[in-house]
Amino acid sequence: MKILVAVKRVIDYNVQIRVKEDNSGVVTDNVKMSTNPPDDNAIEEAVKIKEAGKATEVVAVSIGEEKAQETVRKALAVGADRGILVKTEGVVEPLSVSKLLQKIVEKEKPDLVFMGKQAIDDDCNQTGQMLSALLNWPQATFASKIEIKDGKLEVTREIDEGLETIEINVPAIVTCDLRLNEPRYASLPNIMKAKKKPIEQLNASDLGVDISPRIEQIKVEEPPKRKAGIKVSSVSELVQKLKNEAKVI
Amino acid sequence: MSVLLIAEHNNKELRPFTLNAATAASQIDNDVHAVIIGHKCEEAAKALSKLEFVKKVIQVEAAYYENFVAENFAPVIVKLASNYSHIISSANTFGKNLMPRIAAALDTSQISDITKVIAPDTFLRPIYAGNAFATVKSKDTKKCVTIRPTSFDPCESSGGSAQIEKVEASEEFSKTKFVKREEVKSDRPELGTARVVVSGGRGMQSGDNFKLITSLADKLNAAIGASRAAVDAGYISNDHQVGQTGKVVVPDLYIAVGISGAIQHLAGMKESKVIVAINKDGEAPIFSVADYGLEADLFEAVPQFLEELNKLNTIQK
Repeated sequence: MKILVAVKRVIDYNVQIRVKEDNSGVVTDNVKMSTNPPDDNAIEEAVKIKEAGKATEVVAVSIGEEKAQETVRKALAVGADRGILVKTEGVVEPLSVSKLLQKIVEKEKPDLVFMGKQAIDDDCNQTGQMLSALLNWPQATFASKIEIKDGKLEVTREIDEGLETIEINVPAIVTCDLRLNEPRYASLPNIMKAKKKPIEQLNASDLGVDISPRIEQIKVEEPPKRKAGIKVSSVSELVQKLKNEAKVI
Repeated sequence: MSVLLIAEHNNKELRPFTLNAATAASQIDNDVHAVIIGHKCEEAAKALSKLEFVKKVIQVEAAYYENFVAENFAPVIVKLASNYSHIISSANTFGKNLMPRIAAALDTSQISDITKVIAPDTFLRPIYAGNAFATVKSKDTKKCVTIRPTSFDPCESSGGSAQIEKVEASEEFSKTKFVKREEVKSDRPELGTARVVVSGGRGMQSGDNFKLITSLADKLNAAIGASRAAVDAGYISNDHQVGQTGKVVVPDLYIAVGISGAIQHLAGMKESKVIVAINKDGEAPIFSVADYGLEADLFEAVPQFLEELNKLNTIQK
């Protein structure tokens, strides 16, 4: 079995997001970038499946600017066998990403495609579902447990009401939740080894997909600032304020 | 053209966020039609027909619609879509799972999790877990939009008298099978929708000490949250995590106990109506977003908090 894992380069989750002064977007220059956190879970799961002898190859793919190569390289350092980078410029909407991934899937013919359930930059939560629609494959979103059984997958999904289990045929798309596993750190020897693993580079234009944006971003603003609060001197004052001033208890 | 609302239900009753989504739909266009797909969902369809704003109900029934599998639902909506300018659902796990499958089939770039309708083609939505808000305008002729339920008031559940039209089912998608659903049966409210949330951080020092949080939450009928630091330290399971990589919560009252207020945590709770912070470090960033800050040792303050609450005649539920 072959697993394709899609990874996205995003602003690191520990960075304070700053909106550009001209409201055209958020500041990304000289900001620490990392792999989208649930994409780390997706890579980890694919590598674990391979280590268990149930997969033969793990291919990491990223779509983004030249520097997204670092994100692919990190996936290689934790166990992916080879990488693909589809180079794009500017904003690529999830619909376009899924169309590009569809082309990669047609070329690579994986049995499974894994990715994070959502990217922490645009918070869209769309790409996996869109890709499975385009391929007419089963989808298992928000996966917190994956079991491979007789060529099928039993997936436990995190839903608002609790947990749901579905069984899907292969080939399929799985989007991963943070609860799926504990992503490993890359060891230094593995980081060195990853430098020798191949990364194929393609241009989005080579894939014959129209990726021009359909959504115009008019402006990006700071969230409304909270009014400065007060410090209370005792628990009794706090409870009195919550009861009589804020009226929330 | 009209707006098509996708109802969320359990085959017997509507799920509450359908009412919030109906309000959002009505802000886009007056002519709101609602589709309900399910199995033996007569009662829920009737409830839907009575909603304020809903002018027409489309009911689609088949045994394989019983468990809301997106691969079965999407073709039904795609077939109906030609009559509508917008397709709307909640941005909860139901809508998040389903809508992109519809949007891709319609070749439409979906707009997720809107918090405001500015114009029928222009919406406000949070990005970076609410650390920024984007105003976006869709250039697609057909728009697929999911709405953040807590940003829209629920509509009235009575007053409407929509006709219910039955439409034939689409073919079954046989490659996905529902196995089971384990709903969390807890007397405690769900973290995502609770009126009050009490959260603990690294300052709790151990999983055992989290019982202080539990007692406070019991008293206030609150959900229990935690910072990533507390989850990483193994004090509590990660389904309690509030923050950019956990759940985003918007309760009326959020009580942060022993939480310093890392950026990633603030992103998940700073839209709460009233925020209380209890921390012994007066310089902790959590105080910058707190309406009421108490600089104190939590191991003294929380038991006192419980005592003070016991003195009150009534506590809101």
